[in-house]
Amino acid sequence: MSLLHVSESPHVRSKNTTQKIMLDVFIALIPASAFGVYNFGVPALIRLLVGIFACVAFEAIYQKAMKKKVMVGDMSAAVTGLLLAMNIPSTFPIWMEVVGCAFAIIIVKQLFGGLGQNFMNPALAARCFLLIAYTKPMTDFVIDGVSGATPLQILKPGGEAVGATDLLSMFIGTNNGVIGETSAMLLLAGAVYLLIKRVIKVHIPLSYIGMFAAMTFFLAPGHQFDIMYTLMEVCSGGIILGAFFMATDYVTSPVSNKGKIYFGLILGVLTFLFRMLGPNSEGVAYSIIIANLLTPFLDMASVPKPFGWIKPEKKEADRK
Amino acid sequence: MYRSTFKGGCHPFEGKEMSSTKPVVNLEPGPELVFPLSQHAGAPATPVVKPGDEVLAGQLIAEANGAISANIHSSVSGKVKAIQKRPLPTGGVGMSIVITNDNEYREVEYKPASLEELSRDQILERIRAAGVVGMGGAGFPTDSKFNPSNYEKIEYLVVNGAECEPYLTSDYKNMTDSPEKVIGGIKIALKVLPNARAIIGIEDNKPDAISIFRDKCSNEPKIEVAKLKTKYPQGSDRMLVYATTGKKISPKERSNKFGVVVVNVSTLAAVYDAVIEGKPCIERIFTVSGDDIANPGNFRVRIGTPYNEVLKAAGGTIQDPEKYINGGTMMGFAMYDLTSSVTKTASSLLALKKDEVSANEPPTPCINCGKCGFACPIYLMPNKMYKLANNGDKEGFLKMYGDYCIACGCCSYVCPAKIPLKQSFKTMNSIIKAEKKKKRAEVKK
Repeated sequence: MSLLHVSESPHVRSKNTTQKIMLDVFIALIPASAFGVYNFGVPALIRLLVGIFACVAFEAIYQKAMKKKVMVGDMSAAVTGLLLAMNIPSTFPIWMEVVGCAFAIIIVKQLFGGLGQNFMNPALAARCFLLIAYTKPMTDFVIDGVSGATPLQILKPGGEAVGATDLLSMFIGTNNGVIGETSAMLLLAGAVYLLIKRVIKVHIPLSYIGMFAAMTFFLAPGHQFDIMYTLMEVCSGGIILGAFFMATDYVTSPVSNKGKIYFGLILGVLTFLFRMLGPNSEGVAYSIIIANLLTPFLDMASVPKPFGWIKPEKKEADRK
Repeated sequence: MYRSTFKGGCHPFEGKEMSSTKPVVNLEPGPELVFPLSQHAGAPATPVVKPGDEVLAGQLIAEANGAISANIHSSVSGKVKAIQKRPLPTGGVGMSIVITNDNEYREVEYKPASLEELSRDQILERIRAAGVVGMGGAGFPTDSKFNPSNYEKIEYLVVNGAECEPYLTSDYKNMTDSPEKVIGGIKIALKVLPNARAIIGIEDNKPDAISIFRDKCSNEPKIEVAKLKTKYPQGSDRMLVYATTGKKISPKERSNKFGVVVVNVSTLAAVYDAVIEGKPCIERIFTVSGDDIANPGNFRVRIGTPYNEVLKAAGGTIQDPEKYINGGTMMGFAMYDLTSSVTKTASSLLALKKDEVSANEPPTPCINCGKCGFACPIYLMPNKMYKLANNGDKEGFLKMYGDYCIACGCCSYVCPAKIPLKQSFKTMNSIIKAEKKKKRAEVKK
């Protein structure tokens, strides 16, 4: 007779695993990245593949070198690589992208303890690093061989007139930008997949985009109460990609629903400030990594009261 | 206010169809029966027989020791073989009375009575004499449960027919086979709780039980049937009270303080036997199931029957199982041998071909997904509590309301990283409890 297993209850486990969650995120990102390849051609495809392979390789090398169990099978490094590649222009030099991958995986993720321990979203931290280190190639956009401004750069106060870009093309994504951010439509399709699979919840994206849209509608300098302008701001740049795929990163966002809503509201305010008042046209990445730093605080500030909780009477406090 | 469900919870594989269609079969108890002295919450009972004594079925063999304790009766006629330590189905060993079965099943004479002629105190005395305890698993003596100090203020008698634990069908069988007994038990309970109204909560995966009770209770103004959503842990008393009455009772409080008494359907059937038929609690309906049992089914088992006899009656196992469980898959106890015996609170024996727990070892890192928190019916944050519990940070653990944990196991079930969350909270809470007890003892000195 074989040995019996004895353990504390429960004796069953759900079929869900970290790997399945990461795979779902990966699948949800495929339509938007495929559109990026359609939009920007083979160079975009090369950068997407390099991002994924470099991140997985760095994770494997680091874990091997540190004599840890190699855990690249959980897909988290692949998701980071894909997200990072989606966040760079299709003309970005490949060696710089590899440096970015090394930064994301080794410095932001592994040095802080690996999966689940990073305090910032690795892909976004790497994007910000690349933006500071290699500003010119990160903000140089070329479509069909012609270098041009992204919609956001056009929308920027002081830029060209708003009519220059069409809202529909922004929604579909046939405009300029980083590889994965242009198609709001396909990003939303991926987001719906994640929502149906219950991988993410709506709290962060809705409060984020809602807060940002409201602030833009009421307060955007020169465009107050301009609904077209608000919609263009929401559909362009990285806000949809950021709100649904990066702000919702489990590790770096609050756990409770209340915490998630606070988190989204803070993101909305930050993105508004960066986009409208800062010198850059984009601010999603900075907003998210700053809000990531607030996550532990938001978590502690939003501990839900347990079932049947009764407010302790004052007498007890006095006794102490 | 009726709500039919609660927030959180999970949907483990139910597996009830394996045994729910099978009739209840009487089971031969085998040559030797073992009666642990502690089959209930509270102090172990005191033996009133000694080795060599002849006993009859239904004869008192151990007496309640204090208010929270219960009498134990022999379930067969025969001879007391020994009073010694024997393995318990919940793990560990405990003092037990061992009786050799003479296979004659001579019974003591039971004294039937009718509900009309019994006073409140007489009813409670009959329940106490029969040794009836909560048969859902907690084992709280039923007479104490029916007699809280504020018994006149009890508004609701919530009857637990949810049976949310996977595989278990013993409550279901009690409801479909002997609804009269359950309803009789409810009427007895309503007599001792004069201002209460009964609500029977049944999950909607047992539609036939719901319709039987709706039918039988149509003329009972004080009894109503509540259809509940099928979700684990619907049968946990806090969740059940919330789903049927809308009252949120803290897991740290006694429910009678809020005017509610919760009782299981199988317990009510035993109450009926005790009060009306005068029969002590010496048998129960028991489910044997799991993917490794040759003929899963339900059995009427005499208390004290060893588990290997029960397993034999169900045709044994198909292959070597990896796990035996006393109880359901969510809250049951893994067993390391089958020589222990069926107690009043044991409702099933499961044999599983594969153990999902060890198959998922070791856990992967927590990614903070929060699925544990959304599954927690008490709204705790298990991911945060786990780190605190593992660091032994008692203050931090209590600040996260760790002591509210009802140990339902939903967090461990849903965790994609397969982290033993509930297990660590249970350990932490027993440490905290033990320390509190120690402190109290020191203050007394």
